[in-house]
Amino acid sequence: MKKLLLSSVVILIGFTFIGRLSYLQLFRFSPDQILDDPAIKKIYDYPERGYIYDRNGELMVGNQPAYDVMVIPREVTPLDTLEFCDLLGIEKADFLDKMEKARTYSPRLPSVMVPQLSKEDYAKLQEKMRHYAGFYIQKRSLRYYATNSAANVLGYISEVNEWELKNNPNYVAGELKGHTGVEKQYEEVLRGRKGVKHIQKDRFNRDIGPYKSGKLDTLPEQGKEIHITLDKKLQEYGERLMHGKHGGIVAIEPKSGEILAMISGPTYDPALLVGRQRSKNYSKLHFDTISKPTWDRSILAQPSPGSPFKTLNALIGLQEGVIQPETKFRCYHGFYVGNTLRGCHCGGGVRDLNSGIQQSCNAYFAGVFRKIYDKYRTTDEGMDAWEKHMKSFGLGNYLGTDLPTGAPGRIPDKAYYDKWYGDGRWAASTIISNSIGQGEIAATPLQLANMTAAIANRGYFYTPHVIKNIGNSGAIDPKYTEPHYTTIDRKYFDPVIEGMANVYKYGTARWIQIPDIEIAGKTGTVENFIRIDGERMQLTDHSVFVAFAPVENPQIALAVYIENGYYGARYAGHIASLLIEKYIKGEITRTDLEKRMLEKTLEHEYAKPYSGEPFKINEYVW
Amino acid sequence: MFGRGVFGRIDWITIILYALLVFIGWINIYSTSLTDQSTSIFDFSTLYGKQLFFIGVSLLGIILVLFVESNFFERFSSIFYVVSLLLLAGLFVFGKTIAGATSWYNLGFFNLQPSELGKVATALALAKFLSDIQTDIRTRKHQMYALIIILLPAFLILPQPDPGSALIYFAFFFVLFREGFPLYYLGILLFIVALFVSTLMFGTVWVTIGMVVIALLVFTFKKASLKIPLLPVLGVIIISTLFSLSVNFVYENVFEQRHRDRFTLWLGLEKDEKKLEEIRKTIGYNTYQSEKAIESGGFFGKGFLEGTRTKGDFVPEQHTDYIFSSVGEEWGFLGTATVILLFSVFFLRLIYIAERQKSDFSRMYGYGVISILVFHYFINIGMVIGLLPTIGVPLPFFSYGGSGLIFFTMLLFIFLKLDSNRLKDGI
Repeated sequence: MKKLLLSSVVILIGFTFIGRLSYLQLFRFSPDQILDDPAIKKIYDYPERGYIYDRNGELMVGNQPAYDVMVIPREVTPLDTLEFCDLLGIEKADFLDKMEKARTYSPRLPSVMVPQLSKEDYAKLQEKMRHYAGFYIQKRSLRYYATNSAANVLGYISEVNEWELKNNPNYVAGELKGHTGVEKQYEEVLRGRKGVKHIQKDRFNRDIGPYKSGKLDTLPEQGKEIHITLDKKLQEYGERLMHGKHGGIVAIEPKSGEILAMISGPTYDPALLVGRQRSKNYSKLHFDTISKPTWDRSILAQPSPGSPFKTLNALIGLQEGVIQPETKFRCYHGFYVGNTLRGCHCGGGVRDLNSGIQQSCNAYFAGVFRKIYDKYRTTDEGMDAWEKHMKSFGLGNYLGTDLPTGAPGRIPDKAYYDKWYGDGRWAASTIISNSIGQGEIAATPLQLANMTAAIANRGYFYTPHVIKNIGNSGAIDPKYTEPHYTTIDRKYFDPVIEGMANVYKYGTARWIQIPDIEIAGKTGTVENFIRIDGERMQLTDHSVFVAFAPVENPQIALAVYIENGYYGARYAGHIASLLIEKYIKGEITRTDLEKRMLEKTLEHEYAKPYSGEPFKINEYVW
Repeated sequence: MFGRGVFGRIDWITIILYALLVFIGWINIYSTSLTDQSTSIFDFSTLYGKQLFFIGVSLLGIILVLFVESNFFERFSSIFYVVSLLLLAGLFVFGKTIAGATSWYNLGFFNLQPSELGKVATALALAKFLSDIQTDIRTRKHQMYALIIILLPAFLILPQPDPGSALIYFAFFFVLFREGFPLYYLGILLFIVALFVSTLMFGTVWVTIGMVVIALLVFTFKKASLKIPLLPVLGVIIISTLFSLSVNFVYENVFEQRHRDRFTLWLGLEKDEKKLEEIRKTIGYNTYQSEKAIESGGFFGKGFLEGTRTKGDFVPEQHTDYIFSSVGEEWGFLGTATVILLFSVFFLRLIYIAERQKSDFSRMYGYGVISILVFHYFINIGMVIGLLPTIGVPLPFFSYGGSGLIFFTMLLFIFLKLDSNRLKDGI
């Protein structure tokens, strides 16, 4: 017994130790603990974000250096606080507060003292910095905007939020990421790939050299530049024209689906969301709930399209064979639905296709609409046919552009009305407003522009997009180079386009012709209502205009939508004609018209419903 | 192979195991103390360079020991013992304080730690006393003498303060047990430890209730023929209860907070998980870091010189007391299990050698050596892997430190020398 005591003890200890070690090293071990190993720090090397150019190679977005004043609290020696605060342009209390926070975070690690100094402040500080131990200046890269326009298309970058951090392993806290517009859509291209260095640390959090001699480290990969389809000059010009007006404009190159301009009014200078004033500016823009500058009306507003929609009803009528260009309808300064007369401003008389479009005759299109439905045995079948044609123009659903936001608009279908009126309790006459683009139809300016492009192309369109090429390869998503054919045969477009051309020559837009450019267009005047404090009131009509030019070989198709701009030819028509001239000719010949459009604002219209007083609508003040 | 000289008779298996342990130890010291500036392994400004120097000195010591007459150690053991006691006492006057403990003499190039010398001297002195023809360990008087020999140096070491080294002297009880010291003393000792720990964990009331319940069960289920007197059992219970009460008193009033914290940590006395985690990361920082380092090694380890926590110096005192955590991180379970196995084989071999001695003195000294080594090994690794509370003792042959390595080597090789002489002893 006594001879075996020590041996037993030795063996017992051995087993105990092996047991404990198995628990620690085999059971508790997890292979991915390198991630939370306190001894390894990852340092990221950020590549420069890719530049953004317009379709002509003009720079729109680049990068600019910004300078953060950093502090390592432990290394700070006593200093003349007042002088230093003066130099940095901050309050002493602020300074002490920041110091305290930095010390709490870590006395050994750098914290930001003053973020994003301008170049001028940096120049002032630079030479004096060495007097202040523990402080240094760190360079960062910020976005630089070579234009004050297109904020809605370009989007902005900002720090990743917590949700993204949790769900996307590509980002760590504090990193910047595109959050709207092109910056968001092409984030991965623009961002490039950050490099990473693994640093071995000691228990005081000091760096003591590369981990595994840098075997796991990677080099940063430069972000690619992209070219977008916008025409910087056209975009800037459009935004100037939109001054003081609410609404949206979209211009598309029909033969490619490239978006030439995409304007939302009111808008803001993209540079406002960069730098030290960013959060202040952002709140200001975000909380302006009346003019909503951050709400992109060009793709999110969904008004009824109004009369431009008549062109599609005409096309459907022709395709369905229920009318010929010569088919005539009589206008009684309106048309009857049952015994009720619905008004028309065309002047009355007998209308065929050409004059119907030219004078925007409501009675003519109500007639066409009824005929389409009459062709079918039941209203449901008529509805299905009509809906299919409409949707083939990219209406009533998301278009699939390469912008992260969008709205579907609305083409009502039979289910919609069955729900509204009850099954079998509605007919073409019930929904006759759809014939003139009012009623339940809704479309975004982008959809209207796209529809116009489809007409300009005589029957097909490309999905509108803003990407022209990426990096040097030039390759973009093939879905933007595939034509989408409408359900209307090519031959039916000519008579409709002729009517649209006559709108300019003799019709509702004859006052705004452009010398030497033949345009096809269609005006729209859209009744609209809002609710304020539960009371429904009618406001001045929205002014809508769609056009493409030149009629043969179209280079531009556009839709202009001006909230409360009164009749179509007024604001929308003028602005459209100026944009067409600017794009095709590169200069404006009608300077008096231009001057009027640049100067006139609709602020008085927008103030009306909020004034609390009774007001008149559709006043002919010019 | 070496003929009839000392090299022919010495136990080469032990020497090979010893060499392996020293080598593995040095490899890990090299890893823990390597910095980017380091150049040669012979650079004596570095810890691994110094340790290499100490290994060299140990070699000289080995040669010295092997060429000294065998009975020199037995004959002069009393003198060694007295000298070491004087050296320990002298620390109160001339000692050099490092890290709060006055445990060293400054010899200029080298800090001498007499408590290490004391282990050798005590082992020799105890063996000498017990092997004396007139000593009878079964008598109370001689038991008392033996205890004095063991505890005298421990009492001199305790106030340095170096409770860890003092505790080591209790290892010599294994020698006593081997030589016929009644085993029930061990039973009593274990019973006291159990009482102490269970009082801390459950409180006096539950300890008493527990003892009463056990006594009742024994009386209920015992064979009718077995007579157990009731009175002594009652006496044990009462004395134990009193002891349990005194444990509370000592724990609260004599122990310092840092001692209490160690027990809190070890026995998990804090019930609040968050607070316990907090204590683990502050007071238990060393153990926490060392456990984490070992854990992060996994089965295969991170590889030589690849231990991130070792390099980052996250485990304090890693080259000395916590050297084993470096094995764990860089060599993984394979490495730690190998080291445990090596130590176990080494100890069993030494026990085998001790048992084959013809001379009582040699056997008893051998047992002293083994007990000391096993105790160090048990307390050190137990602490590093989080089984025992923090007690600062080095891992023999592994930990950085001149005194430690040299005296452990002397301790061992004196025994090997005695062993090489065993055939002559009979004559």
